[in-house]
Amino acid sequence: MDNLALYIVTSLIFMPVVGAIVLLFLPAENKSLLRWFTLAITLLVLLPLLGIAMPGADWLSFQVGDGGVQHVVQLSWIPSFDIQFFLGIDGISFPLLMLTAVISLLAMGASWTIDQYVKSYCVLYLLLLAGMIGVFLSLDFFLFYVFWEVMLLPMYFLIGVWGGPRRQYAAIKFFLYTLVGSVLMLIALLMLYFNSDLRKLSPQQLTASYVAAWDNGGNLLSAEKYKQQLEVSEHAVHTFNILALQQLGQNSDAFDQRLLYGKSVQWWAFVLLFVGFAIKVPSVPLHTWLPDAHVEAPTPISMILAGLLLKMGGYGIIRICYPICPDAGYDLAWLVCSIGVISMVYGALAALAQSDFKRMVAYSSVSHMGYVVLGLGVWSATAGNLFDPTAWNMGVKGALFQMIGHGISSAGMFFMVGVVYDRVHHRDLNQFGGLYGKMPVYTAMAMLLFFAGLGLPGLCGFIGEVFVVLSAWNFSPTLAAIAAAVVILTAGYILWAIQRVYLGPQYHGPHEEALTEINRREMAVAIPLCVLAIVLGVFPAIVFRYMDKTVDRQVTDLTRWTEEVKLPRLRAAEAEADQEVAANEP
Amino acid sequence: MLFTLVNHLTTDTLASLVGLGAELVLCATIVLILLARMFQLTQRIDSTWLAMIGTLLALMVLSPLTPWDVTRSPVEMVSIGELPQVELFTGMLVHDGFGVMVKTLLLVFLLLLFSLIKLTKAHGKADSPDFTTLLLGATIGMFLMISTNHVLIVFLAIEMASVPSYAMVAIRRGDRKGSEAALKYAVYGAGAAGVMLYGISLLCGLLNSAHLPTMAMRLSELTSAGLSGSQTVLLVMAALMILAGLAFKLSAVPFHQWCPDVFEGATAEVGAFLSVASKAAAVALLVRVALGLGDSVDPSLLATVRSFLAMLIGVVAMVTCTFGNLAAFAQTNMKRLLAYSTIAHAGYLMMAVPPMLALVGVDNAAASQCAGYLGLYLAVYLLMNLGAFAVVAFLRDTMGSEEIRDYAGMIHRSPSVAICLSILLVSLIGLPPLAGFVGKFAVFGGIAQGYLATGDTLLAVMLLVGCLNTAVSLFYYLRVVKVMTMDPIDDEAAPMLVGPGILQRSYLWCVTLPVLLLIIGWNWLNVWIQAATSGLFS
Repeated sequence: MDNLALYIVTSLIFMPVVGAIVLLFLPAENKSLLRWFTLAITLLVLLPLLGIAMPGADWLSFQVGDGGVQHVVQLSWIPSFDIQFFLGIDGISFPLLMLTAVISLLAMGASWTIDQYVKSYCVLYLLLLAGMIGVFLSLDFFLFYVFWEVMLLPMYFLIGVWGGPRRQYAAIKFFLYTLVGSVLMLIALLMLYFNSDLRKLSPQQLTASYVAAWDNGGNLLSAEKYKQQLEVSEHAVHTFNILALQQLGQNSDAFDQRLLYGKSVQWWAFVLLFVGFAIKVPSVPLHTWLPDAHVEAPTPISMILAGLLLKMGGYGIIRICYPICPDAGYDLAWLVCSIGVISMVYGALAALAQSDFKRMVAYSSVSHMGYVVLGLGVWSATAGNLFDPTAWNMGVKGALFQMIGHGISSAGMFFMVGVVYDRVHHRDLNQFGGLYGKMPVYTAMAMLLFFAGLGLPGLCGFIGEVFVVLSAWNFSPTLAAIAAAVVILTAGYILWAIQRVYLGPQYHGPHEEALTEINRREMAVAIPLCVLAIVLGVFPAIVFRYMDKTVDRQVTDLTRWTEEVKLPRLRAAEAEADQEVAANEP
Repeated sequence: MLFTLVNHLTTDTLASLVGLGAELVLCATIVLILLARMFQLTQRIDSTWLAMIGTLLALMVLSPLTPWDVTRSPVEMVSIGELPQVELFTGMLVHDGFGVMVKTLLLVFLLLLFSLIKLTKAHGKADSPDFTTLLLGATIGMFLMISTNHVLIVFLAIEMASVPSYAMVAIRRGDRKGSEAALKYAVYGAGAAGVMLYGISLLCGLLNSAHLPTMAMRLSELTSAGLSGSQTVLLVMAALMILAGLAFKLSAVPFHQWCPDVFEGATAEVGAFLSVASKAAAVALLVRVALGLGDSVDPSLLATVRSFLAMLIGVVAMVTCTFGNLAAFAQTNMKRLLAYSTIAHAGYLMMAVPPMLALVGVDNAAASQCAGYLGLYLAVYLLMNLGAFAVVAFLRDTMGSEEIRDYAGMIHRSPSVAICLSILLVSLIGLPPLAGFVGKFAVFGGIAQGYLATGDTLLAVMLLVGCLNTAVSLFYYLRVVKVMTMDPIDDEAAPMLVGPGILQRSYLWCVTLPVLLLIIGWNWLNVWIQAATSGLFS
């Protein structure tokens, strides 16, 4: 049964790939067959994940009490480069995997409006899905990087072929920005790889990070045996194993070598990785690709972009930046938090200034993802502050919850914009008004989702924001105050938009006659989003349930590292500086 | 006395011949084709077939997995990892795993190229004997470039590879553009060769030898005794001049101007040969010369020489790469675009050399690994670039145009071609999961390794420049993809009544599928190449 669970985990990635290959052989004329087939594949990705989410079956269920990695799939892939096919699920990746499956299913439901080249669309859509699942599942840095890039090309075509009038410009802009980010990531990846040395880990740490080696017969070696093998090795044994890199970052001096400008390997790696992830998040000032890409993309792709692709930036920061380069993370906490707050303020102000409905929603994403960066960047142990790991823990959890909540609300908002765009073929906020009269059901659902985006208590946007702001207070009251004030701006642009679009006198703009009530297919997409928005807002524990133990564990590890490594180091530096001052005194 | 000498020479020559087996087979093939032509057999049998058989035989004689070890007597085959580095013909050539590896890649490429020539119409039966002999002749020259151990052979080999290339560019009679390109190429080539010869004579005069290891030894004696000012000037001049000759073969900036014109004038098949085989041989020669001069018994003695060479090659590589990528932006002709892409890739290839120079003496195993990374890049580059040129050739045959504009709407006209070319171009960018990424990853990995081991800032800059260039190159490769997949068919576009045939399309897929699927398992390739290069620095 254990093996079955591993096959199921692997199939999450390969099911869409196989689906895409099968699609190639289906007739291109039969559009509804292609659509239903693709929908079935996305459902086949969701169902096993639901199975893992449900308690009950010990062999399959996600063990909420276990903070480590579960359902580990590990195969030797490119031994000459120490690359493994290494998958696993933990509390950080699992909620995001669920989100990916749900949003992909719903976005496929929203894809019925795509009428041109349906076959190519479906193939690319499934490849994109495989890439996204792969990013969240892989625990090998090389594999992670491959999946990270696999998404780019399908996304380029999905925006460039099926998008709006300026689609080609938006598509290439998206591609260029993300590629610049990922080549920087490649540099960091190579630096970390060539500095890593498994010989510096103890057998316990090797076991904890699932460092695996196989003997000539193909049998897995035990950690002790492997350790003995490592001991006799003359050269450093490198690794791409993300968990082992985390152990090395926290328990050894592997990444402390000084490079350019006296900064350490991990400092440079952190900066390069952070820039790469910040482009994806996106954080100001690297966000300019987002409004174009979101606006020009077709509705379902906007849903995926906002709901899922942005989350990869946040996921990368929490999975790779902080645990592998804690020292740099500590030193740069202010920078990261400031970038988060600046994104929040700038995104909100920019959203206020938009007259294009979709562009407004796009900028609201910039603003909301700022909370994620802030929550992840909050480092409660900064010199001079009260050392309080709980606040830190809360910040990370808040950021993770914000990712899930924003995934639901932004996908919902984009879908709602898409519904009305399909009918009236424009998105000018100033020409709308009074949709409530013609489409009451639609308006009710749209308002619910917009309020969720606003962060109204009781809906999914609230929990994440409040957690992040509370934890930021401990780090810097100023930043926390600004972050809290952004809520007012958010309320401003969302309420103003609701007023301009849904309320007021009846709509008399272009295509007035086309304004019909939301249809059944659209309802099928919108209702789950509304339900999720409410359920997650009222009962957030269904997400926290999965992430609690893993986040606790990661924060505990980093706290221990701070206490044992960083603080003594800072004190030593301080003492040295004092001595210098004393020595220089006349 | 004389008898001993003759005896020694005979045994040395006889033993050496085995190490030269592949070259001999290719020579024999050329002779056979010429004989067949004399007896008018080539009108019945297309000599491309003969050439293919010859290439295949050469590959078998070379035996990439278990090459011949000429140091043993009797000569026997050993696995490639155990092949020692050995000098042939009293030190003129060197036979080792690195050479075997690059030669294997060249022969595989040649086989694919001959199949391509069979499937296209540019080099028909009438020209076939001339064309195949020229192609094989140039290849022998390249083989000598790869295994050179003596500056005289460097010059001879470069000329032997170049002269047939000039003729191949001009092989289509009555094609004014081809003739013009060939003239440019020949004049440029002659100039570069002259400069290089001057550099060689300076260097040999200073060091009293033309045998690379001996030269390195003399050089280390000189440097340890302290160089005088005039000696330094001479050395730097000689290095610059020799590098100019190599840069011409590599089409490195500032000796690249011939490249776009020649590629535009020559047929796509010849372009593929010049772009892949010639670059592979030239970069292998660069490795031989740079490391031959930089490596000595006591590595610490030549550290300054190595760091000077590394800086020279590194700067040229960065400039070449950036220039190639930027100049490609404005191109409207597909072959010119591929020419600039070739220039950029020559830059990436050259980037693999400075980390080797930096690592020699610090960590010889890592330096050998870097040579392996270069080999990996070559292996992937060979496949994807050949595929791109094959598409150009097929489309020229079917619609008579090589303008990017005319590729508009290709996804509707011939989906196979559009998809294959898209995959190949994206692979040339170096995006995972395509094969191009594997090569780039390896080369950049080598640079990172060199940087972390030595802390040489040049390497850090090179890593950054190389990676950013990847992002820059995205734009022009993707423009072609965009034209093919997103732009509507232009009314004025060249007509394509019949798309490429089933054979042509199968050929394309045969080249594209490995590019697409290599990521699944490239361990064997890496293991083989690493084994081949493991003995380069010992």
